[in-house]
Amino acid sequence: MIDFLLSHPEKIVSPLLNHIYMTAVTLVISVLLASLLTVLAAVIPVLGNILTAFFSVVYSIPSLALFALQIPLTGLGRTTAVTVLCAYNQYLLLGNFLAGLNEVDPGVREAAKGIGMTVMQELFLVQVPLAKKALFAGIRLAVVSTIGIGTIAAAINAGGLGVLLFDGLRTMNTVKILWGSLLSAILAVSANGILKWAEKGVSG
Amino acid sequence: MNNRRMIAIEYEQVSKQFSKNAKPSVDRVSAQIEEGEFITILGSSGCGKTTLLKMTNRLLDPSGGRIILFGQDISTVDPVTVRRRMGYVIQQIGLLPHMTVEENITILPKLMKQDRETVRSRARQLLSMVQLDPDTYAARYPSELSGGQQQRVGLARALMPDPKIMLLDEPFGAIDAITRISLQNELLRIHRETKKTFLLVTHDINEAMKLGMRVMIMDKGRLLQFDTPHNIIRHPADPFVEALIRSAYEQQSFWEGVQDD
Ligand SMILES: Nc1ncnc2c1ncn2[C@@H]1O[C@H](COP(=O)(O)OP(=O)(O)OP(=O)(O)O)[C@@H](O)[C@H]1O
Ligand SMILES: [Mg+2]
Repeated sequence: MIDFLLSHPEKIVSPLLNHIYMTAVTLVISVLLASLLTVLAAVIPVLGNILTAFFSVVYSIPSLALFALQIPLTGLGRTTAVTVLCAYNQYLLLGNFLAGLNEVDPGVREAAKGIGMTVMQELFLVQVPLAKKALFAGIRLAVVSTIGIGTIAAAINAGGLGVLLFDGLRTMNTVKILWGSLLSAILAVSANGILKWAEKGVSG
Repeated sequence: MNNRRMIAIEYEQVSKQFSKNAKPSVDRVSAQIEEGEFITILGSSGCGKTTLLKMTNRLLDPSGGRIILFGQDISTVDPVTVRRRMGYVIQQIGLLPHMTVEENITILPKLMKQDRETVRSRARQLLSMVQLDPDTYAARYPSELSGGQQQRVGLARALMPDPKIMLLDEPFGAIDAITRISLQNELLRIHRETKKTFLLVTHDINEAMKLGMRVMIMDKGRLLQFDTPHNIIRHPADPFVEALIRSAYEQQSFWEGVQDD
């Protein structure tokens, strides 16, 4: 395995960087989108239920099928991959965000209302700080899931660690498959660790 | 009664039914409360005291009837505006656990962009008023206070915006008898000094009679009697009220019996 890394470093490094990039872009877009939808759902509670139901249907579609469905709209490549990954993430993020915010002690929320906070003040000054753990848990879950599902994006020419896996499968090259699997596992574990560390920084 | 005084709160056939088939939690309550009165609401657990109070600041909306504050039907006023005009001490304490005592007291005036220094010094003044030393307690979190201390912070927070009407839902529930008496006296002093209208919920008949200029006695959602303590004791309007008064007498005769020994 080490031989392969030493002789073809670019065949490993480039998919890895590609994968990190794809994950990062997906993360930023999907967290922004999920935050926006969460705020809307706080104002219009029915919308939260509708969105949750919709994204749970999306989430149940196998990834390869969803990639294929998206190709006519955005073609082959990274845009399609990021779009699909963001759609999957909405289920994880929105679900965790809404559940976390709703779990905040009703007595505390009532007090916030009772002293005259608006819906937005209650959301950002009371619910978000008290649900921080659940919010971060949702983000970590989404990142790990993006890294995993992201490997399948190689099937639609989006690059990433999936390239190693699919190449390895086609040519029966165990070393490539091992590198692909190992790197995505390492990536998932370190992303999780970095986010936990960031969470501590925010809470501290 | 003095008819030059304004009516601060008027309940007009106010009802609240939480669901279609449930019995009404508040059942056609009508009452007028004058500005500056200290009213207590007395009744057993589940009789609708909290529900009536929450309808007064639009945490709940009545399913029937109207509530009028200083001549204005509150269903026509934005709930946030209604709440900001009133001080509210919540039954289950309800301090914001991620904010210090001082932040809890000052959060709303700060959001309303009032001058920070003024707000801060008023907060310290109010803490002293509820007998909490500001230097010791201002920077603490609610979890670092006893239940009774938390309730006092809740009281200070409700007084912060200097509201005309104060709604207090069992504000002394978690406080021992001795501190309770001193806070009751404190509250009477605050009432005398500020001339605010107080509406205080309790299920302790002694507290209701001691604090209330008039007492609303509720049972199963109905307002049974609304009168001065003197009139209620002399002329109970209902068997339930009679039983309530008898229970208080029985307690008292126990103490008198002990003293005689
Ligand atoms: N959100 C709600 N949904 C359904 N029923 C409710 C709700 N809130 C209160 N109730 C019911 O309304 C009735 C009156 O409740 P309320 O809280 O006003 O009583 P209370 O007089 O304040 O009692 P306590 O002294 O125990 O605080 C109770 O039977 C209660 O179960
Ligand atoms: Mg109650």
